[in-house]
Amino acid sequence: MAQLPENLLRRAAEARAKAEGRPVEDVLAEMKGEAAPAASASAAAPVAAASDGGGRDLDADASKFGVPRSLLERAMFARAKADGTAVPAMAGAGAPGAPAAAAAPSAAAPTAAAPTGPPPGVRTQRLLTVVKAGAIQGTTKEPQDKVNVWPHLLAIEFVALLAMLAFLTLLSAFVDAPLLEFANFNEQPNPSKAPWYFLGLQELLAYFDPQVAGVIIPTVGVVALAFVPYIDRNPSVRPSDRKLAISIFTVFVMGASVLTIFGSFFRGPGFNFTFPWRDGIFFDDLKTLLE
Amino acid sequence: MADEKGRGGLGTLVGGMGDHLRNSQVWTSIFRPGSPARADGGDSPRNRAYVVMNNVLYHLHPVKVKRHGVRLSYTLCLGGLSFFLFILLTVTGIFLMFYYRPTSPQAYFDLQALATDVAFGQLVRNMHRWGAHIMVLTVFLHMTRVFYHGAYKPPREFNWVVGMILLTLTLLLSFTGYLLPWDQLALWAVTVGTNMGAYAPVFGDQVSFVLIGGVQITADTLLRWYTLHVLFIPFITVIFMAVHFWRVRKDGGVSGPL
Repeated sequence: MAQLPENLLRRAAEARAKAEGRPVEDVLAEMKGEAAPAASASAAAPVAAASDGGGRDLDADASKFGVPRSLLERAMFARAKADGTAVPAMAGAGAPGAPAAAAAPSAAAPTAAAPTGPPPGVRTQRLLTVVKAGAIQGTTKEPQDKVNVWPHLLAIEFVALLAMLAFLTLLSAFVDAPLLEFANFNEQPNPSKAPWYFLGLQELLAYFDPQVAGVIIPTVGVVALAFVPYIDRNPSVRPSDRKLAISIFTVFVMGASVLTIFGSFFRGPGFNFTFPWRDGIFFDDLKTLLE
Repeated sequence: MADEKGRGGLGTLVGGMGDHLRNSQVWTSIFRPGSPARADGGDSPRNRAYVVMNNVLYHLHPVKVKRHGVRLSYTLCLGGLSFFLFILLTVTGIFLMFYYRPTSPQAYFDLQALATDVAFGQLVRNMHRWGAHIMVLTVFLHMTRVFYHGAYKPPREFNWVVGMILLTLTLLLSFTGYLLPWDQLALWAVTVGTNMGAYAPVFGDQVSFVLIGGVQITADTLLRWYTLHVLFIPFITVIFMAVHFWRVRKDGGVSGPL
């Protein structure tokens, strides 16, 4: 029979005792395949007390601390060996694994004065800790709903790639990239516009001092954007928990978009305000597309 | 009867040659175990894992990903498309380098020749230019997508920072390329753009001087920006892309569902 930890055995015995309405000790002894504890305990305890007065009830300790009796026994042997003292006589029943041995000690105990080490072939070791069964169970990872990258993800990526390639090829087949006259340092076109992704900044230049619009706002903007994860410490990703963050970011995105569109389509000669449907579009990035 | 027999013989012969080829040492050394091109590359859970694992793709993708992460409506493929556009721009850019000299006035004439003398020259230039504009858009939209999903939250904080660096590099790539046609649009757009940088306090003039290689844009600027555009900035970008993709995997793939 496999050697069960004493605490589990005891728990089972308690449950069965409760169900059958019998004393726990009787059931426990029965489960260990021993005689009723009353007999052995009454016989052994006085002997132990007589021998050196230091006998310990290992069974009681085992159930009290939830540690298998065999380990307690081994620890006791080791400590005795280290101290150089005699092993205290054992009280209670024998080890669960060796019920046959339990009968003999009751007679032999008084004379067994100095068994100085563990039985041959038994390695002694100190008990550092006992991990309860509950603590080491239930550590399996939560299963996640996963799919193979091939074919599920790669197929989607490949289709997206083909769609983008097709769109770009068709666009390029029908719309040429702009190529204006040769670069002339002496003739500045009116209006002169930056590449479209900087037109939001150029639009800001129409409202603020160059130091502010050209330097402070973009620098602060880029740095603030880069530090977003360290500014926004809210751990939730649910939109309802992040109303402030989403609001601020949306204002930023909309602001950048509106400024860029404004700078692209609503600014004419002298970078003055214009209506594209009234005065035409002054936006050379899309010159060939709009013609 | 004889006809059928003949066809069967031919089919066996062709099929046998196919099997022979697919079992040859050359073939099996090119297509690693799990590849659908192999004789033993049938569809099985094991081979589906091997297709990724035994492939250079393993640098980009794990064998399995969370099911919600492959939903097109979650990522809109914006990061992947940005990467694809970067590759497409590299390929078309190399093609353009064959026909382009970064000197004045040759640069402008080379672009004119591209439209008239080179097979598919204009098409490739169009793809390069429109692709660059679209890439700026996809990178920016990728950033907004990541923000709205809160995907920059721990443990992905640093990858957001890397992404911001990549956004900046994308803008720089586009801006340096903008000058290269050497036409009125290029010259004056870049003049306006670099003038903004010159407003920077204290060292604004020095930055501007280094950037355009002088006090104003000249043919020297063209060479400088060409080198930055085709060599230096792509080099930096590739390094940060490697970090970016690596961190995506190390941080647990696409962020969880909302």
